[in-house]
Amino acid sequence: MLEIKGLTVDLEEEEKTILKGVDLTVEAGKVHAIMGPNGSGKSTLSYVLAGRDGYEVTGGTAELDGEDILDMEPEERAAEGLFLAFQYPVEIPGVGNMTFLRTALNAQRKARGEEEMSAKEFLQVIREKAKTLKIDADMLKRPVNVGFSGGEKKRNEILQMALLEPKMCILDETDSGLDVDAMKLVSDGVNALRDAGRGFLVITHYQRLLDHIKPDVVHIMSDGRMVKTGGPELALEVEQNGYADILSEVA
Amino acid sequence: MALPEKKQEATKARLSVARMPESGGWLKRARENAMERVRQMGLPDRRDEYWKYTRPESLVRPSASPAKVFEDPSDPPMFHAFERLKIVFTDGVFDEDASDDLALSGVKIERLSPASFTDIHWARDLYGVLEARGQDPVQRPLAALNTALANDGVFIRVTGKPSKPVNLIYNHKSETSDGILHHVIKLDPGTELTVLENGPAAARFNKVMEVDVADGASFHHVRTMGRDHERRAVTHIFSRLGTESVFKSFTLTANGVLTRNECVLELTGDDAVAHVAGACVGDGDFHHDDTVFVTHDAGNCESRQVFKKVLRNGATGVFQGKILVKPEAQKTDGYQISQSLLLDDDSQFLAKPELEIYADDVACSHGSTSGAIDEEGLFYLRARGVPKDTATDLMTLAFLAEAVEEIEDEDLRAEIVERLDAWLGRRRD
Repeated sequence: MLEIKGLTVDLEEEEKTILKGVDLTVEAGKVHAIMGPNGSGKSTLSYVLAGRDGYEVTGGTAELDGEDILDMEPEERAAEGLFLAFQYPVEIPGVGNMTFLRTALNAQRKARGEEEMSAKEFLQVIREKAKTLKIDADMLKRPVNVGFSGGEKKRNEILQMALLEPKMCILDETDSGLDVDAMKLVSDGVNALRDAGRGFLVITHYQRLLDHIKPDVVHIMSDGRMVKTGGPELALEVEQNGYADILSEVA
Repeated sequence: MALPEKKQEATKARLSVARMPESGGWLKRARENAMERVRQMGLPDRRDEYWKYTRPESLVRPSASPAKVFEDPSDPPMFHAFERLKIVFTDGVFDEDASDDLALSGVKIERLSPASFTDIHWARDLYGVLEARGQDPVQRPLAALNTALANDGVFIRVTGKPSKPVNLIYNHKSETSDGILHHVIKLDPGTELTVLENGPAAARFNKVMEVDVADGASFHHVRTMGRDHERRAVTHIFSRLGTESVFKSFTLTANGVLTRNECVLELTGDDAVAHVAGACVGDGDFHHDDTVFVTHDAGNCESRQVFKKVLRNGATGVFQGKILVKPEAQKTDGYQISQSLLLDDDSQFLAKPELEIYADDVACSHGSTSGAIDEEGLFYLRARGVPKDTATDLMTLAFLAEAVEEIEDEDLRAEIVERLDAWLGRRRD
């Protein structure tokens, strides 16, 4: 599904290399987790894959179902089925959440040559999905993320994911700022989307999210590359011993 | 004091081709008085402080610069779905065939020139009178020129609460037309009127609207100045507000080479409310100037000025807004905000907010900002599959929303939003 080979990335503004040859393959139906200390390049990887400005790809490839995504505009990547759940969802004053969701859904459908969803059908779909994430009508009416609590913002991310039904979901520290109940709600939302045709890349600092969203593969990232890959037990090892042991082991 | 030589020359050149339309006794005198004001003030030039950011030459010179007639069949006529009384002017001349019968319960509508032959007419106390009051402390010679030369216009006397708005429609058909219109509106105590205005009017357009809002009356005004790329316009609204009266005016402007809209409001009765707002979308060779002067001369009044401009491809936006609070105007609540969204480095916004306060118990605030589109927000929308142009338009509409929300009527607000949405989508190449 997602195949990254030798990806190297510099910051555009300063002469600094953040990703130093990332290799990663996420298969359909699997959940991969990336853990790693601060500054290891986890969030940069998610932004580069989503197409954010400010980064320069200096080498390597990233393909989604065999299509090179690095030359695509962010909206093209989204239409191809890539989704990034933001660590810090952006507030957009003045743009209603419903307008935003419908515009996004129909833009993707249009880009894929599919028929746009009618206002009526959309309303039914969004109400149903919002209900399972405990998002009330008021949150749907308000401007995008404006005045939302940390937990509400993350639930809104998962609502978008549920609505847009992407092939490849990247979750960037979705657990940050969540209390235990909210984490359970968000995880349930993610788990409901797990199926054989969809891949997940879950970026997190902590094992606790992985108690809820059980990964198939765990990668440890450090200094711009994957340094160790293993099963779910690797996450537990990090939880118990920290990163120091693993990093000294691979150094 | 003698006028500078260049100003004298320019004024003389303009007046040498001016013809005062034939009119009845009181109107003739009002015109002559206005002409005298023009001679004394001289017409504006670029050395005038009040015209520092907008060059008035093309509005002053003897004839209008040609402007191509702009037609876009995909644009439905503005306000077409609304019940309204249509009064149509084509190139600044009343168009009887295109207009509705000027009969509406609760208002009396007359054309300017026939009305002037009635010896005693209510408009006599207002025509050129509010304009003349508005010449102090800042001179507005193009408004006086209008009073002197206006070739058409309507007098609207409001005696009740008419069931539908009056829609003044300005068509542009001749590439060289130089339209000068002057309307006078008088709202009797406790009455209500909504006036809609739309259309480019002429290659060059000079319009004055004098509005007398008596105690407890409400005047609502929604105006659109369309996408015609080449037109030029200078307009003035002069309004006097009585006790507990309401004045609310909103203008949507898109393109036009040059637009200067002045709004001069005088709050003369306690507890009056005056809101003036504008949303403006400028794309390319476009210069748009909102100049507002609000005088608080009574207690406990509220005034709001809300102006938002979106500028791209080298467009220029200007805002000159002033709140003057006289010594008696205690408990004044004055607010003024002007903001621009600059979509590229070539566009510019020039703002001059002013407060002048002589009362000690007032709450006045003002702010002015200029900024680019929020890149974080833009990326967020795009990451969800919204194409860049659509995302930009969504955020632009959101930026303009505060001004559009000043329109009280929900249906009119929806009409403006729909039109803005469509206009934003059509970029100039």
